[in-house]
Amino acid sequence: MTATRTLTYREAIREALREAMQRDERVFLMGEDVGRYGGAYACSKGLIEEFGEARIRDTPLSESGFTGAGIGAALGGMRPIVEIMTVNFSLLALDQIVNTAATLRHMSGGQFSVPVVIRMATGAGRQLAAQHSHSLECWFAHVPGLRVVAPATVADARGMLWTALQDPDPVIMFEHATLYNDEGEVASEGEVACDLDKAAIRRAGKDVSLITYSGSLKKTLDAAQRLSAEGVDCEVIDLRSLRPLDDATIMSSVNKTTRAVIVDEGWRSGSLAGEISARIQEQAFYSLDAPVERVCSVEVPIPYPSHLEMAATPHAEGIMAAVRKTLRK
Amino acid sequence: MATGTDTRVHLVREHALELLTQMILIRRFEEKCAELYSAEKIRGFLHLYIGEEANAVGVMQALGPDDAIVATYREHGHALARGLPPGEIMAEMYGKASGSSRGRGGSMHIFDARHRFYGGNAIVGGGLPLAVGLALADKMQSNNRVTCCFFGEGAAAEGEFHESLNLAALWNLPVLFICENNGYAMGTALERSESNPDISRHAEAYSIASEDVDGMNVVDVESAARRAVAAIRAGGGPRFLENKTYRFRAHSMFDAELYRDKAEVEKWKKIGPVVRFTDWLVESGMIHQADIDSIEQDVEQIIDDAVSFAEQAPWEPVEDLTRDVMTPTTHDGALS
Repeated sequence: MTATRTLTYREAIREALREAMQRDERVFLMGEDVGRYGGAYACSKGLIEEFGEARIRDTPLSESGFTGAGIGAALGGMRPIVEIMTVNFSLLALDQIVNTAATLRHMSGGQFSVPVVIRMATGAGRQLAAQHSHSLECWFAHVPGLRVVAPATVADARGMLWTALQDPDPVIMFEHATLYNDEGEVASEGEVACDLDKAAIRRAGKDVSLITYSGSLKKTLDAAQRLSAEGVDCEVIDLRSLRPLDDATIMSSVNKTTRAVIVDEGWRSGSLAGEISARIQEQAFYSLDAPVERVCSVEVPIPYPSHLEMAATPHAEGIMAAVRKTLRK
Repeated sequence: MATGTDTRVHLVREHALELLTQMILIRRFEEKCAELYSAEKIRGFLHLYIGEEANAVGVMQALGPDDAIVATYREHGHALARGLPPGEIMAEMYGKASGSSRGRGGSMHIFDARHRFYGGNAIVGGGLPLAVGLALADKMQSNNRVTCCFFGEGAAAEGEFHESLNLAALWNLPVLFICENNGYAMGTALERSESNPDISRHAEAYSIASEDVDGMNVVDVESAARRAVAAIRAGGGPRFLENKTYRFRAHSMFDAELYRDKAEVEKWKKIGPVVRFTDWLVESGMIHQADIDSIEQDVEQIIDDAVSFAEQAPWEPVEDLTRDVMTPTTHDGALS
């Protein structure tokens, strides 16, 4: 039996960063306040003392500049990990991510791959209002040339980074800001690596498929637990990879349960939930016994007061209502 | 190609002929491109380098084969001066599978790993962070290499220009920034877009040593580039050259040139890099008309060969449309 340990999500990220730095001297971390400050979310706390300021590299507030420098350093033979404080700030680096990192391989006829990992916090739930709380994962998941992952569990936070660093193409890694303090089980050292390809079934069930990712997984599992008291047996799928999407796992579940609810903290219009819904209807239409339901954020910039923020983003009650709707309950 | 350790320009006959040959090659190549554009062999955007040849040719003399080049969408001249095969460049513009970038990029996106030629970047200012990163990788790996980044004066208004200069200076990175100031960002004159049109002063604001260079004089450009590269290789951090130059042709083939006088163009043509260098070499007795005729003949042959190569090159099959989106060894990439 595999031995496990309990870590917080933050500790898992830090351990993954440390391991990567130790295993491969080409790896370095770069971003705003990753060094002396220890990281805006304290993920890299203590690492500058361990690895020095060349490899735990504080940058100016120049998202486009240092993200582009990470892309260039990847071209130059390094394995950079670029940390952007939040997805909102990553918009200042979109040019480099979308126009350079995602295009270079194709535009150069396959001559140049860009093995960069870009990590960023995402999501609401900390009363940080409309410029620090958005969920724009689907913007990146839209773009060919990028791989997009969202570790929702501590084990994935621990295991995905090294796998991402082995990938020859750009990997965008989203860390939901409400997860950092969560505790979870992680395999003992040396057994932590995990794939980036497959969605995971976090709870098996037969009545309804709940498809979610990142910070919404907890809420979805909570809803599933509460629905079981009503005799509804939900299956919960954690997408893990947002691009490419693991259609096989989604369709296999929907074919079994015949009902699907997608829980996505992004806004409904143009959302990943919309994309997944379309795929279900393309690939599993004749299995469905009810229209696909979506639980998304209300279309408003995320407000500051807690009660409004909670009302704006997916919550267990909303997920439960959507499930009941698919069951006509 | 020179190693860049010698900062002087040795203008012996052989070197003079080499500089002239490269400039004439670019000039005639670009003229042929314009012709092929009219013949609809080349499509999309086509930005010609005619008038600016001294910059790419002069700067490349100072770089070695291990150094890296990051260029813009007006990069045919840089690619030729760097030694990329003309046939592959032409095939790229045709969109053929034998092109420098398998035809996926076209005129604006010429790449060549063998020559460390990193594009062909068509977002103004977008290449600068890339160059900073390449130089950062060299510094972290203790490679004594220089990354040379070409961009136009229009890039100086972009945030990425300022972010990149700051990073390069802050981290003392081996980047040679070459601002090819041709006076117009598409159709917007520099004076109409910059509060301080003296671009090299912007570099000084980031504590980067800079120099104003006559970008119509290939010897001046080579000389300045050699000094800058030597300083960079000695560990002196980034250097910045503002090369004052001019494009004789329109911004692209779609440009009606409403924003500048013909007289202004004619004035600059009189001090064009090819005519001025040729006249000077002939007057000084270093070369003769027979040399020029011989260069023209050789260049004509190179361009004819390039065009035949492009004409005969295969088209990439449509079945391969999604290749090279992602690296194939790990996953197929395309969202099915």
